Amino acid sequence: MPEPTVYELSSHGRTGVNYPEPDVERSALPEGLVRKNLPLPELSELDVVRHFTNISKLNYSIDGGFYPLGSCTMKYNPKINEEIARMPGFAFTHPLQPAETVQGNLFMMFQLQQWLTEISGFTAISLQPSAGAQGELVGVMTIRAYHRDRQDYKRTKILIPDSAHGTNPASSAMSGYEVVNVPTDSKGNVDLIALQSVCDDQVAGLMLTNPNTLGLFDQNILDVVRIVHQAGGLVYGDGANLNALLGITRPGDLGFDVMHFNLHKTFSTPHGGGGPGSGPVGVAPHLADFLPGPIVVVTEEETDEIPPLYGFYMPPKSIGRVKAFFGQFGMLVRAFTYIYMHGADGLLNVSEYAVLNANYLLARLRDTYKVPYDRICMHEFVLEGHWDKSPQVRALDIAKRLMDYKFHPPTNYFPLVVHEALMIEPTETESKQTLDAFAEAMVKIAAEAQTTPELLKEAPHDTPVKRLDEVRAARELVLCCWVPDQEFPE
Amino acid sequence: MNIPTNLRYSESDEWVLVDGNIATIGITDYAQSQLSDIVYVEFKVEAGDEIKKDSIIVTLDSAKATADVNLPVSGKVSEVHTDLPEMMERVNSDPYGDGWMLKVQLTNPGELARLMDAVAYDAYCQKRSH
Amino acid sequence: MFIPHTDLEREEMLKVIGVKKLEDLFKDVPEAYRFPKLDLSPALTEMEVYSEMQDISKANETTRDLACFLGAGAYNHYIPAAVDSLLRRGEFYTAYTPYQPEISQGTLQAIFEYQSLIAMLTGMEVCNASHYDGATAVAEAGVLAYHHFREKRMRFVLSLAVHPHYRETLCTYLCGYPELDIKIGAADQNPLADPFSLSTLIDNNTALVVVQYPDFFGRIYDYSSLAKTAHEVGALFAVVINPIALGLLKAPGDFGADIVVGEGQPLGIPLSFGGPYLGLFAVRKELVRKLSGRLVGETLDSQGRRGYVLTLTAREQHIRREKATSNICTNQALMALASTIYLSLVGKHGLKQVAELCYHKAHYAAQIIHAIPGFSVYCDTPFFHEFAVRFPDTVTIEEVNQHLLDHDILGGYDLGNDYPSLKNHMLIAVTEMNSREQIDLLAEVFKEVSHA
Repeated sequence: MPEPTVYELSSHGRTGVNYPEPDVERSALPEGLVRKNLPLPELSELDVVRHFTNISKLNYSIDGGFYPLGSCTMKYNPKINEEIARMPGFAFTHPLQPAETVQGNLFMMFQLQQWLTEISGFTAISLQPSAGAQGELVGVMTIRAYHRDRQDYKRTKILIPDSAHGTNPASSAMSGYEVVNVPTDSKGNVDLIALQSVCDDQVAGLMLTNPNTLGLFDQNILDVVRIVHQAGGLVYGDGANLNALLGITRPGDLGFDVMHFNLHKTFSTPHGGGGPGSGPVGVAPHLADFLPGPIVVVTEEETDEIPPLYGFYMPPKSIGRVKAFFGQFGMLVRAFTYIYMHGADGLLNVSEYAVLNANYLLARLRDTYKVPYDRICMHEFVLEGHWDKSPQVRALDIAKRLMDYKFHPPTNYFPLVVHEALMIEPTETESKQTLDAFAEAMVKIAAEAQTTPELLKEAPHDTPVKRLDEVRAARELVLCCWVPDQEFPE
Repeated sequence: MNIPTNLRYSESDEWVLVDGNIATIGITDYAQSQLSDIVYVEFKVEAGDEIKKDSIIVTLDSAKATADVNLPVSGKVSEVHTDLPEMMERVNSDPYGDGWMLKVQLTNPGELARLMDAVAYDAYCQKRSH
Repeated sequence: MFIPHTDLEREEMLKVIGVKKLEDLFKDVPEAYRFPKLDLSPALTEMEVYSEMQDISKANETTRDLACFLGAGAYNHYIPAAVDSLLRRGEFYTAYTPYQPEISQGTLQAIFEYQSLIAMLTGMEVCNASHYDGATAVAEAGVLAYHHFREKRMRFVLSLAVHPHYRETLCTYLCGYPELDIKIGAADQNPLADPFSLSTLIDNNTALVVVQYPDFFGRIYDYSSLAKTAHEVGALFAVVINPIALGLLKAPGDFGADIVVGEGQPLGIPLSFGGPYLGLFAVRKELVRKLSGRLVGETLDSQGRRGYVLTLTAREQHIRREKATSNICTNQALMALASTIYLSLVGKHGLKQVAELCYHKAHYAAQIIHAIPGFSVYCDTPFFHEFAVRFPDTVTIEEVNQHLLDHDILGGYDLGNDYPSLKNHMLIAVTEMNSREQIDLLAEVFKEVSHA
């Protein structure tokens, strides 16, 4: 039985929360502007609690199982983060309070800015962007602002490898750039010859994910950066895969000019079913003036007796605000807690074990699945989800069958450069036992693909709903609950 | 794979039916099978527009992909299949019949020579499937 | 810390991979830049970090310690206990984006319900799964309008009484599109003048008109005539709303809005120093294919059972790439869930009650402040729960707020920050959380301060 919607559970006259009567005299309501009908449901508190508890049980989650989603970094979300983010000092502060009343928050943001620069090798950070995609947009916009500031208006192109995430070209287009694709070579690196041939004085920059979406560290990274810089372009780093690099290397040291972070990937803030994320942006010195703001700075230096005073500052040539207030503050608190707990050694361990886990799984699966780029990978790797001997079985079917084995499927059909791609990122918080169980399931499914492919084609069998008709959803477009009119008189 | 012999074909998988000076255009069976179930058809041009070869005339969305349909031969749009968005499934089920998209009055008939015939198009599709 | 491997397991795994030590896995990293020493503070146990963070959190004054009269886009409302209790279920907050719908029906149904509730609240036909916040929702409305007219209409008309942060964000987003003509209010307009003079700026080249309801100064207008003017030239009309106000006021869908955007923070989301918040975005159904952001649709599974999926995904960046109209990837799923739970709990009656409490308390406050000699409140126009107060010239707003803090009161917003002609004006917000005693004390302190 599917769970009813809140409207279907509604019962005329029920209320969930009561409020006191006004303790002031009532004033006249504005004429002609008062609404006659408010079509919201009427539920008791227990109705609501039961409803959302029951639908939550239909969800797969990290707390419940393994999520080897490539490029998503589905690591464990520490519970301490949740406790700390809810401390009244963090949760109950208004963004527009006078700076002296929120020095705790400002200190924390300032320190986080410092730590992120230390981790990444950049000089300045804006914590404002709300998500990775917004961080990317900011990154491209700072590149644009930089060139325009130098009166260089002929740079109209952004170079993007064909393996890139869709947000990369979308962000470039939103900033008014033309996208030029750069191919990946047979070893999984950016094709240097192709790159050289497209680098001219019309190129504003290159957007590069390193390690890339194939999970591979570009073996020619210094050359890639050099070629773009020589043409006068800047290099933007998509920090989605930073989980492979903590304490291993720093993008700023490698020559990147700007990068966004995904706090909801690398720094353990929870994915929340699709957000909120947080996408701070780090830059090299020549881009610091363009960062979106405001950012946190020391407004009065410390003395022997008094700690420094923190406040907000708008970089002088800022591209402007990208949201109201200062950023996804609640997520900043969680990321800060995470870094505070780990320290340098802890973060190095994170990346070392993330990369260990990925290579271990790759080793366990390479004899059963085709590996398009057979080298040591970083924190993730890509397999091809098809076999010549079972041509009707595709990555999608493998993914759906994995659900019957109680695993969330890996990312599929991305990156686009691999046929029937399955992108697998275990993360460092998964044990050897979990990895072994996953590998065994994948091997079993490979066998099923040969002997009983219908098991895959009709999967999943053991989930709350079976394969859903996405074509019907798009054609018939039912985007709202059915709201029974008769329950809402007047 | 259905490839009618009376049509001509472009490399971007459109078909052309020539009748005097009018060309009817749609997408091929190969194209619709690659896209899978169409969920949305959006015309980018209107009757009366003069369009150059290779311009985008229609955008098609399926559940998982989007594709642009390009005009294989330059022309002035004489008719747009305005009912098609309501019956988008026809693009899949009847790509050469009810799935037709628009008609143009040819402005550069010489371009027809650059299109493939059924045999060439068949070979072209075979090559891509491997 | 959260890494479960034992030394033995690590060695076994290295053997299977075929390398001797962990460092061997990083040979592709240029040697000169490999294994930098990061200068971070030393690692802490959970117990220690808890204590450190508690100290940091206590270096803040909160709306639990202070009576809050500060609004301006973020509001101190009561959050029923059940909201956070449900939000803390690991099945919700540690789940990923519902790309595999068969195992994500919890998230999908919650978002479907969210879409429905917001559509009903705003009087619109379609609502998306949310944007980052009110400001980015306004920006995305701009992007939508730009693409809707196939990049042929260049003018964007915004009321001066739209939240300053929202206007700035829209400008940042549109800077990538060449030669746009963004008009903010009439050039020499007094920010407190009514918005109807905007009609002089609406021409055949206008893509979008944006107004706020209640506006940044708390005032409520019937925008039907402006909507009509916009529609006469074929422009889109967008209204920025406060969702609590819609518990009382006519919905924008009823007076001609094509797009409704707004900040959903008042719906069960804590102030949290400005984020994470919730960008509401709803449209008429004709615009559904231009909508950016995620959308959840209802469908059936292979056994005929009702279920939910992300739909119209072909609009989005992961498929359209550079042809996508927006790059947005995540939504604010967990915050949308919070608002869904909140709206389900308060429901039809509760939301109206909250709205009325805000309304009546704010009007009481306005009355008693207006009566103080030397003070005036802008109350000629109807207002909801915020109003602008003009202070006598003997004090600055900063001084007043300092004085208020001494009485454990968080004063209102200094409008001089954004509107130079409003230097001596404070924006006061009153919600159901403010008691009569707090309001009386506020007025008392105002009286004191004006005689200082």
